[in-house]
Amino acid sequence: MAGLELLSDQGYRIDGRRAGELRKIQARMGVFAQADGSAYIEQGNTKALAVVYGPHEIRGSRSRALPDRALVNCQYSSATFSTGERKRRPHGDRKSCEMGLQLRQTFEAAILTQLHPRSQIDIYVQVLQADGGTYAACVNAATLAVMDAGIPMRDFVCACSAGFVDGTALADLSHVEEAAGGPQLALALLPASGQIALLEMDSRLHEDHLEQVLEAAAQAARGVHTLLDLVVRQHVQEASVSLGD
Amino acid sequence: MKETPLSNCERRFLLRAIEEKKRLDGRQTYDYRNIRISFGTDYGCCIVELGKTRVLGQVSCELVSPKLNRATEGILFFNLELSQMAAPAFEPGRQSDLLVKLNRLLERCLRNSKCIDTESLCVVAGEKVWQIRVDLHLLNHDGNIIDAASIAAIVALCHFRRPDVSVQGEEVTLYTPEERDPVPLSIHHMPICVSFAFFQQGTYLLVDPNEREERVMDGLLVIAMNKHREICTIQSSGGIMLLKDQVFRCSKIAGVKVAEITELIQKALENDQRVRKEGGKFGFAESIANQRITAFKMETAPIDTSNIEERAEEIIAEAEPPPEVVSQPVLWTPGTAQIGDGIENSWGDLEDSEKEEEEEEGGIDEAVILDDTKMDTGEVSDIGSQGAPIVLSDSEEEEMIILEPEKNPKKIRAQTSANQKAPSKGQGKRKKKKRTAN
Repeated sequence: MAGLELLSDQGYRIDGRRAGELRKIQARMGVFAQADGSAYIEQGNTKALAVVYGPHEIRGSRSRALPDRALVNCQYSSATFSTGERKRRPHGDRKSCEMGLQLRQTFEAAILTQLHPRSQIDIYVQVLQADGGTYAACVNAATLAVMDAGIPMRDFVCACSAGFVDGTALADLSHVEEAAGGPQLALALLPASGQIALLEMDSRLHEDHLEQVLEAAAQAARGVHTLLDLVVRQHVQEASVSLGD
Repeated sequence: MKETPLSNCERRFLLRAIEEKKRLDGRQTYDYRNIRISFGTDYGCCIVELGKTRVLGQVSCELVSPKLNRATEGILFFNLELSQMAAPAFEPGRQSDLLVKLNRLLERCLRNSKCIDTESLCVVAGEKVWQIRVDLHLLNHDGNIIDAASIAAIVALCHFRRPDVSVQGEEVTLYTPEERDPVPLSIHHMPICVSFAFFQQGTYLLVDPNEREERVMDGLLVIAMNKHREICTIQSSGGIMLLKDQVFRCSKIAGVKVAEITELIQKALENDQRVRKEGGKFGFAESIANQRITAFKMETAPIDTSNIEERAEEIIAEAEPPPEVVSQPVLWTPGTAQIGDGIENSWGDLEDSEKEEEEEEGGIDEAVILDDTKMDTGEVSDIGSQGAPIVLSDSEEEEMIILEPEKNPKKIRAQTSANQKAPSKGQGKRKKKKRTAN
């Protein structure tokens, strides 16, 4: 789009951030009493809610049970009021299915499923407001929820999106930046080992710039990790205080 | 039909082969299977064969009203269908996960990368635009559907011609193919997907996995690139953990492969163009060879036999000499002997245990057995000294019923111990006769 400058000459983006700067992240764990684990996260204007049930017995057909591992079942739903224009189908369409599959893939790699054979872990994610980086927000919320449920994981799973404009890699894209049509990368990372649980990229990006964008996304994901770590510690502290320890 | 599960030994075999950098069809780790592109009689119809995986692509167009938020752009619609003829596991209700994944990947690869100029598909802004629909059908599944499908889609789009349209003021005239030649779509670049399969937690990597390799893989990384080395899509799936340098390495390999495939596509398109212009025969019927109903064919694979002799000699030299051949007959029990190596005949053991039980029942000491064996050895040595060839049958018949002339067959355990002595004597003779008869 001609009139919209994603990166100004001074290096500021539309919302005033610098190229590698994350949006403000606020998160809470244990928002629902009913579920085994739950979490709510706000990344800028993107708001996502995650709820975890499990590990419990396999619902539905017993034949799906895996003899040595737990089954991870993820469902993604984005509220009809989450986008600028009201969405007609909150779930069941292809994009939501794909998102659910990607979340499942991410968490199957991160959760120690060998510890719970023949059982099922359900992760439900709901996006309340989508302002760019929905996959990242979902993954971050789901990580916190899984931790809240006490399910053992290899490491935090931190995700962030990244883009590329005018030779600079941008971290944590907002909706305006995503809609502009440039390349977008979504990365889910296990920060301690640097292993990539999921990598997804759209739109054209020259091979030479891939390293730069990947590095920016990884850096941002590590930033998210520091924040999430703080949130978890705070939550545990609050919980132990309330238990009268 | 549920998919036949892969047996453990097949899985182990495949993984071992991959560890030794060998593939079942003889390819190298970074080799693609043979790609064959054939076109149909209509514009926009093609079949792509990647090894045995076959995908049919068909492009069609229609004039529709545009989307509200994009009034000046045409509409692209992609649909990949896993036909039931492709694999027994594909059933109408059962395919959802794979289908969603493949469809979304194709959509992102072709639509988000803007390979087709959608602005050029606009006829009257806000009222009439072209809707281009690409239908892909998987005809045979032998692994790596996504690569074959992406090649089929882009080839079909390049091959397609849409009817010519002219706008004069308010009037829109749609010309039939007879009035004016149909117009090709404006394609900026050709994104092609390259699949990488990872094994053993990312230690081993294969390009273009076939169906068996797909079943044992840990995860898949798909990189879509065009020949200008621009990455159009990256998608990692399966439960693998990747490292950044693995991703970079894969993107470099993908660049090389995409260049080769793009060249192939260009050649095929030019070929078809030429044939149509010259008035030659074209279409699917022409591309299937004569005297063949199906296209089942094992292609000749070149094998390098230049240093076979040296290698064979090396192997022989390094190998251990065969073990010593035992030429002495080993006598297990009266009537049972063994020469050479082989499975130990357990019949003798069973006999021993039987005898021992009977002994306990009967209460005879071992003298009987010793006598028997002595007698038999005596007989055997007699035979040996006579110079007649000893024909000992090595047959592994489990039950050899030795029939005594007056006595009961040995099988019946109710024999008293007293009878043990006599039958064994006669046995020896009988046995000898039986053997020579054999």
